[in-house]
Amino acid sequence: MSTPRNVVIVGASVAGLTAAVTLRTEGYDGRLTLIGDEPHTPYNRPPLSKQILAGTWEPDRIKLRTDEELSALDARLLFGSSASGLDTAARRVVLDGGASVSYDALVIATGVTPNSLPGAHHLAGVHLLRTLDDALALRADLRRKPGARVAVVGAGFLGSEAAAAARRMRLDVTMIDPRPVPMRRQFGDRIAALVGQLHKKNGVSMRCGTGVRRFFESGGRVTGLELTDDTLLDADVVVVAIGAAPAIGWLAGSGLELRNGVECDPTCRAAPGVYAAGDVASWHNNHFGCRMRLEHRLNATEQARAVAHNVLGENQPFAPVPYFWTDQYDAHIQAYGIFPADAELAVLHGELEGGHFVVAYGHRGRVVGVLGWNSPCELRKLRQLVVDRAPWASILPAPQAVWPGRHLSASLR
Amino acid sequence: MQVTLHQDKCVASGQCVLAAQDVFDQRDKDGLAVLLDDRPPAELHDDVRHAAAVCPALAIALADS
Ligand SMILES: Cc1cc2nc3c(=O)[nH]c(=O)nc-3n(C[C@H](O)[C@H](O)[C@H](O)COP(=O)(O)OP(=O)(O)OC[C@H]3O[C@@H](n4cnc5c(N)ncnc54)[C@H](O)[C@@H]3O)c2cc1C
Ligand code: SF4
Repeated sequence: MSTPRNVVIVGASVAGLTAAVTLRTEGYDGRLTLIGDEPHTPYNRPPLSKQILAGTWEPDRIKLRTDEELSALDARLLFGSSASGLDTAARRVVLDGGASVSYDALVIATGVTPNSLPGAHHLAGVHLLRTLDDALALRADLRRKPGARVAVVGAGFLGSEAAAAARRMRLDVTMIDPRPVPMRRQFGDRIAALVGQLHKKNGVSMRCGTGVRRFFESGGRVTGLELTDDTLLDADVVVVAIGAAPAIGWLAGSGLELRNGVECDPTCRAAPGVYAAGDVASWHNNHFGCRMRLEHRLNATEQARAVAHNVLGENQPFAPVPYFWTDQYDAHIQAYGIFPADAELAVLHGELEGGHFVVAYGHRGRVVGVLGWNSPCELRKLRQLVVDRAPWASILPAPQAVWPGRHLSASLR
Repeated sequence: MQVTLHQDKCVASGQCVLAAQDVFDQRDKDGLAVLLDDRPPAELHDDVRHAAAVCPALAIALADS
């Protein structure tokens, strides 16, 4: 296909905006339309559960672009409008309200929508955390009453960060998760146990291995919950952070493959002229030889950049080493690669109980991930092991040091 | 090219160092980025643009000069 002259991007957050910016910096001078259902101009999400929730930053600081930079994009910006359908044969995006927008090339960047708990979200005091409006509403509720009792349902990275922010406000926090340790799905049992210790040390009451059975209310406001182990818990504020699902509802009937996200080939192409980027995209990552869908900030940027190049005809596979970080209390946790549940672990730097360390994850004889806990410089240097898919045996106790001065305390499993 | 680094936004991801190690480094203590050269030579401009584009905290600003 020749270079498109009319590109439409749906989803105006980091992936959508980055695709637009990259198209322009790469010299695309055709028509460009950016459609996003949020009323705000695009903003950065990671600070929502950190500085915005804690109240140390105000929303102005998280804008992804100034208004001047947005107008310099020379794009039709349809903010506050939602796409409701896609006709790939006619190459049209249908908007809520019936209008439609035609395209030569389409970039789908609609991200994910947080999962909710049945029978809870009509109550005041019960919150999700995905958008700026969510974060501001939660922050206001956390400040409403000194000493408020906060229940965080779900101990993934979002719930963990929300709990840390609430503790910073000196509130009484309980974290509830059906899994035995927090962040287990992300990092496996051993590191997840350390995250659990971190929360306990900071005064969070951990209720792992239990779920929520029902909510109690008074006058339309939540007052507490009952857990599946029969515990009754008072709560003034509840944060529900139980994962998210790709925002693909609007693509039903479009003929695109929709399973866990928009299914794409290794170049992030879902159909002729249709691409996906960011949290919504599932694609085959040739570096790891498997399909993945990531909900990571850096991936949204990198994938959108790759997609923009491919829209312009480069047709290159997108095969990155994923990167992810989270901040909780004084712990800055960063990770490169993938973290399969049955991976082996080896300490490459520092000590697990020492507050500073880097561990490698081994899977099928290769290093597939490295994770750093308050060790950003060391971690960056060890990233290469994942890039090289270094043989696992080469980093286990052996004379040939992978890098000088490493302290290796052998495999933990 | 004039490079500005807003260290108060930096999340220590090290992407800038991976993209342009002659222009950026990370402090040992906490990994926050430091600027080694605020007027890098022309041959590094592409790397620096890449660094600014991928920085997940939008902590790097570029201006023509
Ligand atoms: C609170 C929070 C903290 C985070 N912290 C970290 C972190 O510390 N580290 C990290 O690596 N990652 C973090 N992330 C993840 C990171 O923010 C995401 O990976 C990133 O935002 C994904 O960008 P995206 O553009 O793909 O999707 P999104 O940011 O979800 O953007 C999608 C946009 O599309 C819009 N949209 C959806 N459907 C439609 C439609 N039908 N029509 C029009 N518009 C639509 C949505 O409203 C949204 O604005 C965090 C996420 C959250 C929510
Ligand atoms: S890329 Fe950005 S956030 Fe990461 S270390 Fe550099 S300046 Fe800091």
